Amino acid sequence: METRLRAVLPDQQLIRLYEQMVLSREFEESCAEQYTKGHITGFLHLYSGQEAVAVGATAGLHKDDYILSAYREHAQAIVRGADPKRVMAELFGKSTGICKGKGGSMHLFDPSLNFMGGYAIVGGQFPIACGLAFSAKYRGEDRLAACFFGDGAVNQGTFHEGLNWARLWELPVLFVCENNFYGIGTEVHRSSAIPDIHKRTCGYDIPSEKVDGMDVLAVYAAVKRAAEWVREQSRPYLIEAVTYRFRGHSMADPAKYRSAAEHEVWKARDPIPAFSKRLLEEGIVTQPQLDAILEKARAKVNEAVTFAEESPWPEDGAVWEDIYV
Amino acid sequence: MSEMTYRDALNLALKEEMRRDPSVVTFGEDVALYEGSFKVTRGLLAEFGEERVKDTPISENTIVGVAVGAAMGGLRPVAELMTVNFALLAMDQIVDHMAKIRSMFGGQTFLPMVVRMPGGGGSQLGAQHSQSLETYFMHCPGLRVVYPAFPADAKGLLKSAIRDNNPVIFLEHELLYNSKGEVPDDPEFLVSFGRANVVKEGTDVTIVAYARMTVLALQAAAELEQAGISCEVVDLRTLNPLDTETMIASARKTGRAVVVEECWRTAGLGGDLAHRIHEACFETLLAPVKRVAGLDVPMPYSRKIEKLCIPQPESIVAAVKEVLHGN
Ligand SMILES: Cc1ncc(C[n+]2csc(CCOP(=O)(O)OP(=O)(O)O)c2C)c(N)n1
Ligand SMILES: [Mg+2]
Repeated sequence: METRLRAVLPDQQLIRLYEQMVLSREFEESCAEQYTKGHITGFLHLYSGQEAVAVGATAGLHKDDYILSAYREHAQAIVRGADPKRVMAELFGKSTGICKGKGGSMHLFDPSLNFMGGYAIVGGQFPIACGLAFSAKYRGEDRLAACFFGDGAVNQGTFHEGLNWARLWELPVLFVCENNFYGIGTEVHRSSAIPDIHKRTCGYDIPSEKVDGMDVLAVYAAVKRAAEWVREQSRPYLIEAVTYRFRGHSMADPAKYRSAAEHEVWKARDPIPAFSKRLLEEGIVTQPQLDAILEKARAKVNEAVTFAEESPWPEDGAVWEDIYV
Repeated sequence: MSEMTYRDALNLALKEEMRRDPSVVTFGEDVALYEGSFKVTRGLLAEFGEERVKDTPISENTIVGVAVGAAMGGLRPVAELMTVNFALLAMDQIVDHMAKIRSMFGGQTFLPMVVRMPGGGGSQLGAQHSQSLETYFMHCPGLRVVYPAFPADAKGLLKSAIRDNNPVIFLEHELLYNSKGEVPDDPEFLVSFGRANVVKEGTDVTIVAYARMTVLALQAAAELEQAGISCEVVDLRTLNPLDTETMIASARKTGRAVVVEECWRTAGLGGDLAHRIHEACFETLLAPVKRVAGLDVPMPYSRKIEKLCIPQPESIVAAVKEVLHGN
C-alpha cells in the first residue's frame, strides 16, 4: 500500500514538489523546441522523465548542502533555486546567463545556491564532491555534499577512488546515482558487472539503498533520512534512484536502441501524472489548481525564453575574462 | 639569511604558510607519517596534526580533485603528487577541472590551490619515472606553472603559490633537493609570479632556462667565461605567467639566444620561447635562436646513455658557440 502523502509532508510542500516537477518538465520541453529552432546549440541532454529524482532529493537536503551533478542538470539547478531566465540565457549563450554564456547546458553553476556545478567529464564530480565535503568537515560546517551521477559513471575510476576516500576520511558525501538504465546507448547490464548499482558500495563499507526514482515522495523520504544519517555520522551513503529518461541521450540521439514497448512501460510511470493522481485522490489539490500550476510553469518558461532571446551576446572581450583571478 | 637546501626551503615555506593561515592543509601519498617520499613535508604532521597533514590513497586523480573541491569550499589545499610522472593519471582533474572551473563557471568561483610535484630526469629511474612534463602544464590555460631553480626562489615562490588565488602547478626538481643556497629568513619574503630573474649578466649570448636547466646554464656560462665568452642567464622561474619581457630585453641586448629545456624537443616549450624571441627581435638578432632540449626518446635507464637524453653543460656550451660562430 502506498504511504499517504499527507503522512509525509504538509499540503503546501507536496504542491511545491509538484510545481517543481512541472516546471522542470516544461523547461526541458521548451529547450527541445529552442534547440530545433537553432537557438540552443551544442550538446543538450534533457531530464524529462527523471524529475522525481532532482525534486525529491533537493527537498530532502538542506539549503547549505552542496549539490554537484553531471551534464543533465538543468532541473537540478532550477529546483535548487536558479532563475529559469538565467539558465535559459546560458543555454542561448547570452551574457546574462548563469555563467555569462561561458558554461552552456552542461556547466551550470551558482555558488550562492551551493549548486557547485554541472560536469561533463563522466565521473569528474566525485573527487570534487569529496573535496567540498572535506572542507565542510574541516571548517566545522554542518553540511554535506550531494553528488549526482548516472549509471554509466560508476564504471569510472573516480567513482571507486571517491567511495574509498569518502569512507576513509569519513566525509559527509551523499552519492545519488540516477540509474536510467543507459549510458548513451549502452544498457547498464552491458557495462556494469553488477547492474544493481547500490550493491557496488559493499567493497567500501558504505551503506546504500535502492529507491523508486519515479516516485518523488519515495526519493524525498530516502534522501532526507540518508542525509540526516550522513550529517550525524559524517560518513558517506549511496542512494540508487531507479528512473528513466523519456528522450534520447542528447538531442542528437534518436534512441533506436530502446524498444517502443520498454518506453511505453516507463511512460506509464511518468512521475508527474503519477504524483498528480495521488494529490487528487487525497484531495490535496483540485484539477483546476493543477491546470493553473501548468499554466504558471509555461508562463515562467516562456518568460525565460523571451529573456534569453532579448539578452545581449557576450562582448568579444569576454573571452579573456574570468580565467585568472 | 640562512643557508639551506632547496628541500628545506620548501619545507620552511610550507611550515610558515601553515602557521600563518589555518585554511592551509596539505595531503598526498605518504606525506604525513612517512614525511614525504622526498621528505619535503618533514615535521609537518608533528607540528600541525592529522587534521591538516593527511596521507591519501594512491589515487592521483582524486588527490587533485579533492584539492579542487576543498579550494572551492574555502580552504587553501597544497596537494603533493609523489612525482610529476603520476600527474598523468590526474590529467583529467588538472586539465578538465582545476584549469577550467573558474572560466567555465563564469568567474563565480576561484581555486586557491597548489599541486606540488617533484620531477625531472637524471637519476636512472627509467622511462616511467624520469619525465619532464612542464610543457604539458604550460600548454593549458587556466593554470599557473612554477618551477624554481634555487632555494630562495623555492621558498618565495611556494609561499606566493599558496597565497595565490589561482590554481598552481608547482614543479620541484628531484636533483635540486639537496642543492644549497642563501634563503631570506623573513616570513613575508615572497617571490612574485611572472618575473624572470637575470641570474648572471653578460653581453654576448642570452641563455634562457628554468629549474635545473638554469643551474646547468650557469655552469656552462662559467666555463664559457674562461674562453672569453660572456653569457647572460635568464631564469624564468614561472612558466605561466611567462615573463617574455625580461627574456626579450636580454636577447635584444646580446643579439643572440639559446633556449634550454629539459623536456622533449618536439613541440617542447623551448620552441615557443624561441619563436617569441624571433618574433620580437628578428631585426636585431645576429643569429637564429638555438634550442637545447631533451632527446625525443623514452628515457633509457643506463646512466651512460641516459646522459645523452638530458641537456648537459657541454651541450649548452656547444650551442652558445654555435650561435656565436655558426656551425
Ligand atoms: C570521461 C568521459 N567519457 C565519455 C564521455 C561521453 N559520454 C557522455 S555522457 C555518457 C554516458 C553517461 O551515462 P550515465 O552516467 O548513465 O548518465 P546519463 O547520460 O544516463 O544521465 C558518455 C559515455 C564523457 N563525457 N566523459
Ligand atoms: Mg544513465
